[in-house]
Amino acid sequence: MEVHGEAWTLKELFVYPNEYVYWSVQIVMYPFMTGVVAGAFVLSSLYHVFGIKQLRGMARFSLVPSFALLLAVPLPLLFHLLQPRRAFNVFLTPHFTSAIAAFGVVFSAYTAIVASELWFLYRKHFVTVATALREKRDRSLRETLLLLLYSALTLGAYDISENALRKDENATRVLAGIGIPVACFLHGYAGFIFGSVKANALWMTPLMPVIFIMSAVVSGIALCMLTYIVVMEVRRMRLSAVPVPHQPTREEIKGVELSEITTTAKYLVLFMIFAISLELLDLIFREYTALKSWDVLRRIIYGRDFTNIFILQYLIGNLVPFVMLLLPNLTIRRAVVSACCWCFSVCS
Amino acid sequence: MITRRNFVRGLLRFAFGISWHPSVATVAFRKRAMGEEGQAPRWAFLVDTYKCVGCGFCVKACKLENDVPYDANVTRTWVERYILTKSGEVLADTPKGGRDGFITPKVQQNTGHYREVKPEEIAKAFFVPKLCNQCENPPCVQVCPVGATYQTEDGVVLVDRQWCIGCGYCIMACPYGVRFFHPVYKVADKCNFCYHRIHQGLKPACVEACPFEARLIGDLNNPDAPVTRFINTQRVGVLKEDYGTKPQVYYAGLSKEVR
Amino acid sequence: MHVWRPLYVVLALIAGVLVARHVLVPRDFGVSSRGYTYGWHRKSNEAEWKAIKPKYRGRDYCKDCHEEQIKNILQSPHAPIQCENCHGPAMDHPDTPEKLPITRDREQCLRCHTHLPYPGSARAKIKGIVPEKHYADTECSACHNPHHPGQ
Repeated sequence: MEVHGEAWTLKELFVYPNEYVYWSVQIVMYPFMTGVVAGAFVLSSLYHVFGIKQLRGMARFSLVPSFALLLAVPLPLLFHLLQPRRAFNVFLTPHFTSAIAAFGVVFSAYTAIVASELWFLYRKHFVTVATALREKRDRSLRETLLLLLYSALTLGAYDISENALRKDENATRVLAGIGIPVACFLHGYAGFIFGSVKANALWMTPLMPVIFIMSAVVSGIALCMLTYIVVMEVRRMRLSAVPVPHQPTREEIKGVELSEITTTAKYLVLFMIFAISLELLDLIFREYTALKSWDVLRRIIYGRDFTNIFILQYLIGNLVPFVMLLLPNLTIRRAVVSACCWCFSVCS
Repeated sequence: MITRRNFVRGLLRFAFGISWHPSVATVAFRKRAMGEEGQAPRWAFLVDTYKCVGCGFCVKACKLENDVPYDANVTRTWVERYILTKSGEVLADTPKGGRDGFITPKVQQNTGHYREVKPEEIAKAFFVPKLCNQCENPPCVQVCPVGATYQTEDGVVLVDRQWCIGCGYCIMACPYGVRFFHPVYKVADKCNFCYHRIHQGLKPACVEACPFEARLIGDLNNPDAPVTRFINTQRVGVLKEDYGTKPQVYYAGLSKEVR
Repeated sequence: MHVWRPLYVVLALIAGVLVARHVLVPRDFGVSSRGYTYGWHRKSNEAEWKAIKPKYRGRDYCKDCHEEQIKNILQSPHAPIQCENCHGPAMDHPDTPEKLPITRDREQCLRCHTHLPYPGSARAKIKGIVPEKHYADTECSACHNPHHPGQ
């Protein structure tokens, strides 16, 4: 008889029955992905709300991965359930003393905000395409379907006058403003889910939600940087070496890329300092007060998981990218390496 | 216009209305409701570790009675053996949850490893049966996102097999490790003091199977029940008190090495 | 004003969930006297648990047909051991199952009778053997009567 968890639990670490790793990769994916989502959103809000002009290109770009990942976030959660078909029960009979129950509400609210913000950003595009298709005489089946889709996406609002577009912009700013606390709440919530498990001494700390938010912002920014660089490099490579009028040259793109990346990297370092100092604070405080649970923790941290925690996470994951980003004359290659390192450290 | 009278009237109306809400009503009137009914039992368990010999009949009976797959390494109750050597070492094991008893002096260390302990090295050694504590403040119930696990009026924590979504949060939240995923039903499962049996006037299967009266069940609201009398007059302990769960499984002869 | 359009979509979705709740949530789902934190559940589930049929029936169930054996064992040191510990859960015997399987291997007896001299445990007071040295390949019942081990 197959016991859930038996396949991936190293039984030598456990002596008692019922003790299996019930929360595995899928659950680890969840905070990582919400983290990236929240981080990307905060990055875009830096431009929309606080008007940091250097991040213009990054801001428009980062909202898209934020939304795309947002739709993917519930999937690992859904698949980790043993009864995925009953997942809707969370909406039917929510038990709000559980940190997971409120997830449904917070997550939906956040999705609605990001989706609306995207709608405002791309509404003009939807309307143009829909109107163009409507005016076309002999539509193929594919075009008819596209027309239906785009008409639905406009939500019946075809006004793209100057005045209406300005209203769109204002709405975007308001939504981004609301979105920041909600994004932090969403991710702080994920932290709370873990931090409030009192049966697990390693997770149980009130700092957990804050640590989660900080490291989320860092990994979100890091991932955005990474995808941004990849996209820009691809664009650069597809351009011909000979300059074409009305198109940016390779050198121009490289210049834009570098300036965006340097600004982003500054924010990355800033949030990284917060994240690392919080984690260290937690560790030092636990060691100093040495409560009953520290006994068990010490064995895990300094014994079994020493390489994972100190070598992989703190040294390679935190220290190396930190130093690399702080060194003067940041290059794109170095930014890529450090972003990769951070993502890697979050995974471990 | 809001006059003072209107305000007070509105406030009273609001208070009256909200007092009908079940959760508010229970907080405000719990004492009275308990006193009025009087008959609702509060089930509690007593484990005497001096009497337990580690035969494992309780584990066997539990698994068969409650359809927990016999060979799967999950179980609603289990028996742990603790051996404290004179050099200060603590050895603990529970092979197959103690289902087949403890028939060898060798102690299981990790998978496949056994350790011989000579009788003259042993300072003290004893058996500790474990089961769900049916906590007064069950952390597993608190974290269930859908209300699929709950506490009944008589204090037993049950799992609704038709409503559980299998998220595993309750398993993570239980400090005692008594919860697991049922390999057949694919939902959370745990000891419920054989809820069907105690409601049909029988004892739980483990209590009935124990030849040494090391496991007893009783009603805390009945001061004359032997278990209640023992808990009230003798020295008993509970597991992991500092978690604030208020366990309702009491142990006689608990030692600090027991986790 | 077109800027409220996304809000209408959201409100429609919320309405959808509320309708779904009304249709799909069992009528008896609610809060019990243990409050919302500990008593939020489907009431009829309590009855479902109570209705499960016990498998272990106890010595009284065996008494009518196996009076002689019960009389025997009650006079022996094995008196506190329940019939079903060795004969398995009775369920609806003699209808289903017609015959109960008897556990008579050495391991069954060794559950108590492997000598474990544990100070502070009742196990030390039980007569025990070292299994490897005490007729290692013989069934216990070849010499000892489980219903009357003194004989």
